[in-house]
Amino acid sequence: MDNNLKETVRVKADNINFFYGSKKALNGINMDIYANKVTALIGPSGCGKSTFLRLINRMNDLVTSSRVEGQLLLDNKNIFDKDVDVVELRRKVGMVFQKPNPFPKSIYENMAYGLEIKGVKDKKFTDEKVFESLKKAALWDEIKDRLNDSALRLSGGQQQRLCIARCLVVEPEVILFDEPCASLDPISTRKIEELIIELKQFYTIIIVTHNMQQAARVSDYTAFMYLGDLIEFGPTEKLFTVPKDKRTEEYLTGKFG
Amino acid sequence: MKISEKIYKNTFMVVAFSSLVFLTGIVLVLFIEGLPAFSVTGVLSFIFGKSWYPTSTPPEFGIMPLISASFVVSVGAMLFAIPIGIGSALYIHEIAGEKQKMFLKPIIELLGAIPSIIFGFFGMVIVAPLVQKLFNLSTGQCAFTGALILGVMAIPVVCSIAEDALSVVPRSFREASFALGANRWQTLWKVIIPAAGSGISTAIVLGISRVMGETMTVLLVTGGAAQIPNSIFSPVRPMTSTIAAEMGEAAVGGTHFHALFAIGLVLFVITLILNMIAEYIGRKYRLKLGLDV
Ligand SMILES: Nc1ncnc2c1ncn2[C@@H]1O[C@H](COP(=O)(O)OP(=O)(O)O)[C@@H](O)[C@H]1O
Ligand SMILES: [Mg+2]
Repeated sequence: MDNNLKETVRVKADNINFFYGSKKALNGINMDIYANKVTALIGPSGCGKSTFLRLINRMNDLVTSSRVEGQLLLDNKNIFDKDVDVVELRRKVGMVFQKPNPFPKSIYENMAYGLEIKGVKDKKFTDEKVFESLKKAALWDEIKDRLNDSALRLSGGQQQRLCIARCLVVEPEVILFDEPCASLDPISTRKIEELIIELKQFYTIIIVTHNMQQAARVSDYTAFMYLGDLIEFGPTEKLFTVPKDKRTEEYLTGKFG
Repeated sequence: MKISEKIYKNTFMVVAFSSLVFLTGIVLVLFIEGLPAFSVTGVLSFIFGKSWYPTSTPPEFGIMPLISASFVVSVGAMLFAIPIGIGSALYIHEIAGEKQKMFLKPIIELLGAIPSIIFGFFGMVIVAPLVQKLFNLSTGQCAFTGALILGVMAIPVVCSIAEDALSVVPRSFREASFALGANRWQTLWKVIIPAAGSGISTAIVLGISRVMGETMTVLLVTGGAAQIPNSIFSPVRPMTSTIAAEMGEAAVGGTHFHALFAIGLVLFVITLILNMIAEYIGRKYRLKLGLDV
């Protein structure tokens, strides 16, 4: 939105190429991601949405023989620079995965994990952060009486909200969601979507989804990707109603993918 | 159709229940042949008696020397096998590249395929003299050598089961941990090892069982003296090797004969208790983690 001056760029992708071995998965991606907005990444399966998302917290570092070119700026600092502390980066950029992945520990231990590995010993501080994050993730009322139960005994939707709450504990600025509702029922999906909309006042959110209605419901901006290219990027409403590119239109009308 | 189905069903039932038959048979024989020894000496003085002189006149049947020998040798063996076995599993799982893994795993498994008699004579001919020289002992055939050899024998069991346990920990736990800012070691210690905990404890228990039940090796390398060991370098005579060594010379139906069965019975009870404890701990642990409800 050209006339909206309030928007600040939090993450900026500058001509990013990404390779798995010799296979190129991203072709010169340029994208601005705005602070306190929800940006949705859509596109057919295998087009590179997760690959792009996992660059932002450098999860792709775990893939051996992968390679990246270009710059990814977080608050104007290139996160691929040698002097970037990946641990710091991952605290700043939280991630929620496709399948809920709570640890086989108690609900409380799951929540406290991020602080534990940071070396926080102050029990009162940890308690405060844990309770506050559970409340933010709209999970507190459901589980406040069983913080010591195993997290694996929660329902799928509750587990996913716990994973969201768990990443809030370390006070991220950006949260990445990789198809967070892919394994959930409609009611749980609804709750997560409401939560995402709720959270954007505090965080910058990027969500990968293959569900176009979901993108329309939760996002302010949408990026349509296809075969490793960023085809179109814009305010969600515009992209959905008057797509500029023919491929975007075809995808939105269900012609492929 | 109906009849053939019945035949199938019953055949498989017989097969499935045959283990039960064997188990009951063995336990029954242990009791029938073992209990008479207790009626001669009394249970307590059999178990806690400090002298095992089955062929003197009058004979003495106290198996504390044998129990303590088994205990010292087993604990010693596990002190070798647990750190090395689990350490190797962690290395193979966490640090070794594909190439190293492809070569290390089969090697460790091959170590487990070596018959125990070979470990026994290797221990007797090579290791015992070495231990004797190194520690300046009167004989190298002692508890320490036994523990060393048995420990090596238990490594493959501990390692391969622990490695299996580590490798079934879902990738998603690792990713969640990294995404929260954990490094590799924090992820390993705080997430992966606890998640594999019940499998790792199974690895340890199976290692102990292998060590406790081992006969040929201890017979050859521990020296055979039926005394309560006063150091790890004392020659000792564990329960299994006592049975193996003396069964041939004991008169069938005599007290000595029954006493050897009674040793078997005690060994059986000890292993049973160990297994039950392991089962109990494993179940509590898995329940607490919510891994199976
Ligand atoms: N670890 C990997 N190693 C090799 N190729 C991969 C890996 N992960 C993804 N790819 C490939 O990269 C492309 C983009 O994948 P991905 O980013 O997961 O797509 P999306 O999330 O849009 O479905 C696909 O062709 C996929 O097969
Ligand atoms: Mg994906």
